[in-house]
Amino acid sequence: MQRETLINIIVLALLVLFPLWAWQADEPFMITLATRAVILALAGVGLNLALGLGGMVSFGHAVFFGVGGYAMGILASHAQSYEPIFEWPFLFEGSKFMPLIWLVAILSSGLAALAIGALSLRTSGVYFIMITLAFGQMFFYFTISWPAYGGEDGLSVYVRNGFPGLNTLDPIQFYGICLAILAIVLFAMSRLARSSFGLALSAARQNEERVQAVGIGVFRLRLMAFTISGAITGLAGALFADLNRFVSPVMFSWQTSGEIMIFVILGGVGRLYGPVIGAVLFIVLEHELGGLSEYWHIYLGALLLGVVLFARGGLIGVLAGREVAHD
Amino acid sequence: MTEPILDIRNISKSFGALRASNDVSLDLRPGEIHALIGPNGAGKSTLIKQIAGNLRPDAGAVWFNGRDVTELDTVARARAGLGRTFQISSLAMEMTVLQNVVLGAMGHRTGPFRFFRPVMKDRALLAPAMQALEQVGLEEFATTRTADLSHGQRRQLEVAVALTLSPRVFLMDEPMAGLGAEGSHRLMGFLDELRQQAPILLVEHDMDAVFALADRISVLVYGQIIATGSADEIRANPEVRSAYLGEEEDA
Repeated sequence: MQRETLINIIVLALLVLFPLWAWQADEPFMITLATRAVILALAGVGLNLALGLGGMVSFGHAVFFGVGGYAMGILASHAQSYEPIFEWPFLFEGSKFMPLIWLVAILSSGLAALAIGALSLRTSGVYFIMITLAFGQMFFYFTISWPAYGGEDGLSVYVRNGFPGLNTLDPIQFYGICLAILAIVLFAMSRLARSSFGLALSAARQNEERVQAVGIGVFRLRLMAFTISGAITGLAGALFADLNRFVSPVMFSWQTSGEIMIFVILGGVGRLYGPVIGAVLFIVLEHELGGLSEYWHIYLGALLLGVVLFARGGLIGVLAGREVAHD
Repeated sequence: MTEPILDIRNISKSFGALRASNDVSLDLRPGEIHALIGPNGAGKSTLIKQIAGNLRPDAGAVWFNGRDVTELDTVARARAGLGRTFQISSLAMEMTVLQNVVLGAMGHRTGPFRFFRPVMKDRALLAPAMQALEQVGLEEFATTRTADLSHGQRRQLEVAVALTLSPRVFLMDEPMAGLGAEGSHRLMGFLDELRQQAPILLVEHDMDAVFALADRISVLVYGQIIATGSADEIRANPEVRSAYLGEEEDA
């Protein structure tokens, strides 16, 4: 077995065992912390498709995280107030039903990614970073100044949304939902990385000219990847909003984009479990160092600097060595 | 006379005051190797780019397979059957040798929009990919990382990727560059046979190779074709001697 596979299994096992321990020990806060890590990991897995496999340095993934969050917030708030979201061309009412909320979150954030990608992917390099950042800020200021859904104050949802057969207010059950989604998405990503699409996308990152010379258009390839990437991060946004029972414009802020990128870089760019390890590490540091000092970001910054300077492959790179080409 | 597959008709391209291509006409017929030679700065690269679709000519047209492809980009021309190899090896360096040829086979056959099945287990792609590697003699290196190949092996892989496209025409930009005597010789033997599969437009600096292989030779100087003909005709042409071959002998 390859070392990376072993590491992945250990990480997955810890994600199952740690919350079970916390549940037994009656430490609901620890479960909530783990839930946060799993959801942020999912957001990172989304970005990793664009950034790691596709080489698109998106500094605007907060848009999709936020769109997913607001999809949940808007649906749930309308369900609370019994006012339909719109009545034309068809009646669309609010909902507290998680699967529907996830579907709306995936579709709306995927659509946002399609539109933003169609414009941004005409540029590359620094311009791509700046234009995705600009879209992020646009959404941020738009939600701040849009009073219908709370504006700057955000939007609270009083009761967590429901999933048939489960009590989502029980931390361990909600955690189970989030972990199951992460596992499914990770499986899909591992297949995608080895598929025709994954090979072509990865080749386009390494050498655009080569891919074009075999008759594959790079723009459509990247746009598709960017859209899937945004949709995954959007799903994470919906779960994140459900965890907090609250959405606010902060989800759209550039700090959010930066944090999602940090998960990916810390864990290992382009590695399947990179963002998972990165997000877990981030939460652990936030919890441990945050207790020591309010300025724990200084230590995070130092760690990030160390990774970028000495361990390009991130934590997985340090533990498992250079990426092996798929057979 | 057989219809040409690739027909470049009076194309011109200027960059500011520099006329990189000046009313160039050139064609490629089935079964032949047509070599394009010319001193450095003659405009060979600019011409190649216009044929491959990276650059649009200011005037004139490129006809391929009986249709005007002047407005098509590189991707569309590759799909139409233009198999190109680059002057400086252009490969996905982090991927294995086999992955590079599978990429070519995928571009030609299934396209990239398959998301779930492992591509490296797809027999319909692996078979033509392996066959291309065998044709250039790289089959032992299938699992080698491309970045670990020698310069010469990368040149062979370039040709193998072009082979997976089953192209109607090969467009080869200095395939012998940096190969060494033995490597050049092997590749020459290979190209000699390849012309039966599809004609080759060969841009090459290696004069011995050009004169030994080419059915026809065109000489490009200062953006203009000053002569087209068989190896003997080109050798005997006084204009070519003074403009090009003479220079080389002096150097």
